[in-house]
Amino acid sequence: MKLRDEARMSGRAWLFVAPVLIALTVVIGYPVIRALWMSFHFDDQLDETTGRFVDSGQGTFYNYLHWLLGQCQVITGGVTECPTGNLGAEFWGAVGVTLFFAVVTVTLEVAIGLGMAMVMGKTFRGRALLRAAVLIPWAIPTAVTARLWEFMFQYDGIVNTVFGTEILWTSDTWPARFAVIAADVWKTAPFVALLLLAGLQIIPEDVYEAARVDGASAWQRFTQITMPLLKPALLVAVLFRSMDALRMYDLPAIMTDNLPATRTLSVLVVEQTRQGPNSAAALSTITFLLIFAAAFVLVKILGANAVRTQEEQRKA
Amino acid sequence: MAFKKVPSLRAALVLWPIALLTVTFATACNTSDTDEQLGRNQDGRGPITYVEGKDTTETGAVKQVIDNWNATHPDEQVTYKEQSNDASAQYDDLVEHMRAKSSDYDVVALDVPWTAEFAAKGWIQPLEDQFAIDTSPLLSPPVASATYNGTLYAAPRNTNGGLLFYRKDLVPVPPRTWAEMRASCPLARDNQIGCYAGQFAPYEGLTVNTAEVINAFGGTFVGTDGRTPTVNSPQSRAGLEQLVDAFRVGDIPREAITFQEPESGAAFNQGKLMFLRSWPSTYGDASSEASAVKDKFGVAPLPGDTGIGASTLGGYNAAISAYSENKATALDFLKYLISEEAQHIIASGALPSVRASIYDDPALIAKMPYLPALKDSIASAVPRPVTPFYPAVSKAIQDNAYAALTGTKSVNDAIIGMQKGIETAGS
Repeated sequence: MKLRDEARMSGRAWLFVAPVLIALTVVIGYPVIRALWMSFHFDDQLDETTGRFVDSGQGTFYNYLHWLLGQCQVITGGVTECPTGNLGAEFWGAVGVTLFFAVVTVTLEVAIGLGMAMVMGKTFRGRALLRAAVLIPWAIPTAVTARLWEFMFQYDGIVNTVFGTEILWTSDTWPARFAVIAADVWKTAPFVALLLLAGLQIIPEDVYEAARVDGASAWQRFTQITMPLLKPALLVAVLFRSMDALRMYDLPAIMTDNLPATRTLSVLVVEQTRQGPNSAAALSTITFLLIFAAAFVLVKILGANAVRTQEEQRKA
Repeated sequence: MAFKKVPSLRAALVLWPIALLTVTFATACNTSDTDEQLGRNQDGRGPITYVEGKDTTETGAVKQVIDNWNATHPDEQVTYKEQSNDASAQYDDLVEHMRAKSSDYDVVALDVPWTAEFAAKGWIQPLEDQFAIDTSPLLSPPVASATYNGTLYAAPRNTNGGLLFYRKDLVPVPPRTWAEMRASCPLARDNQIGCYAGQFAPYEGLTVNTAEVINAFGGTFVGTDGRTPTVNSPQSRAGLEQLVDAFRVGDIPREAITFQEPESGAAFNQGKLMFLRSWPSTYGDASSEASAVKDKFGVAPLPGDTGIGASTLGGYNAAISAYSENKATALDFLKYLISEEAQHIIASGALPSVRASIYDDPALIAKMPYLPALKDSIASAVPRPVTPFYPAVSKAIQDNAYAALTGTKSVNDAIIGMQKGIETAGS
């Protein structure tokens, strides 16, 4: 009797979940599978006699090899190394830029965000005002942020005027990367701060009091209590931000046009979409796998750590 | 019984993707029968939709043209579908509708370099046989920009050419060649302003500026088939060398590498440049009250190698969608767009006309004094490479030119890079 009830419940549960599952297959499953299917096909080729594009069918792994090995087809036939100016030659550069941006921005954002969260967590006059002020950058749409910083970083913009420099912030390799990082950190550090603030507020005050009674210094309280107890929130923040940073598009695309020095994988995908959608599908699949791998590594490494510290705490 | 339900649902979940895959294969195997589609609805008449980017003319020229048409064609009304102001967004929107074989768009306005690709994809109606239009009163470079593989595919709606804006208070007679222009650069240095600038940021404007100087020195990019690369020539090297050398010695100020149209226009209007390559639309800003060079500047055709140079063509071509249901009406509307009446409205909105006669209209010249210079510029203009792989070709030009201008590649390597890039376009 009880078993049958459970089974019925379970069946009903499936029924309730079904609409969502169907919606997910339609909006996520179909595009993903379609993209996979496309990625294994050549883009339309030009028929020399009619001057029209024709479907050239199955391409097996050609699109993947094109990106990973930088191989290009020549119009006269044969395969060659992709030259500069062909997007196939940009892949590994874009991977490097994407990873570089992800590592640097996430590190800076967590450091600055943590500082902001610590300040926002204190009780003082004007705390509500500070919290609101800190959140404003996060509330501004990224495209608008990109425009604002682009204006500031122009040759005759405010940054060069204030510092009396003549740096080409939107064109030279390292200044341009710095500009994108600055804009991203400005925009997203508040988001990290908010996540960490939530983490901080669930640490009970009496733990700190007990430590203080035992004579722990402020630094010791930070490293021995705050950091371990904040770890779950920190993990979530790092995971969210890393996945976000790995698919960064709008800031480099708007602030620095098609500058190779700031070309991330997502920028490359969008450019390729205009040249050949099947090849772009292969590139987005590769990008997806890369982000997936990064998320997997983060969860494995940081997740294991988080569990161990909890066990250690329990033992202590 | 209820027990069985659970696994079968799970099985269904596994089967879903497989079913989807089958559907995908089934739809994808339907290869497009382009010719059949082009043959459909050739005599269709009725209301149509005209699609173009945002009408930014002060006079609302596009709306005026459509209103005029609608006043005399009660049964064949034209609806204006206004797209975004951004060219890439317009392109993406058009491609989306064409891929979906949508009959919602009847006449589409194509930025000149897109025309060949749309033609090669079979998305637009070739203007031959019963669709032929009379192009004899039109300027020939815009007609060439709408021609792919020997066939006309669109009616040039308006054109555009680059102009040399110069400070007539410093240089009374505009230079006709690059050598003349560069020779006057010490004068700019004496006045502590930049000598020359165009648009050199890594975007489409860089392709335009590079193409102009390479064309001016006799270089080309692709053969008449739209595929064979022809850029590897001494002429192309000589052209690119002009830009690279001007950057190197400071005749082009170094910040110009960040310039798109707005930045370069602003620099000229603030009196920081002696020469500027720009589109006619800069004229309005430069002669406004806010401009520091108001009454101090003139316009001339672009400089070349031995005589005036070769501008790249801008502007829009109007084409009939292969999926339109009222192609006969669409054709009539195309003919109206290039008529004297419609072109006059377009020219009054400061969009350069495709009809030669418009440029000699004294009333228009009084309003837009740059028209004679523009006529010369357009008469000697060269369309951007007419190729179905335009995005890839443009990219190859852009990336290599940028590398040469910033000194990371030699002129020789950059030209060889362009050649190879065009060779591998479409892969």
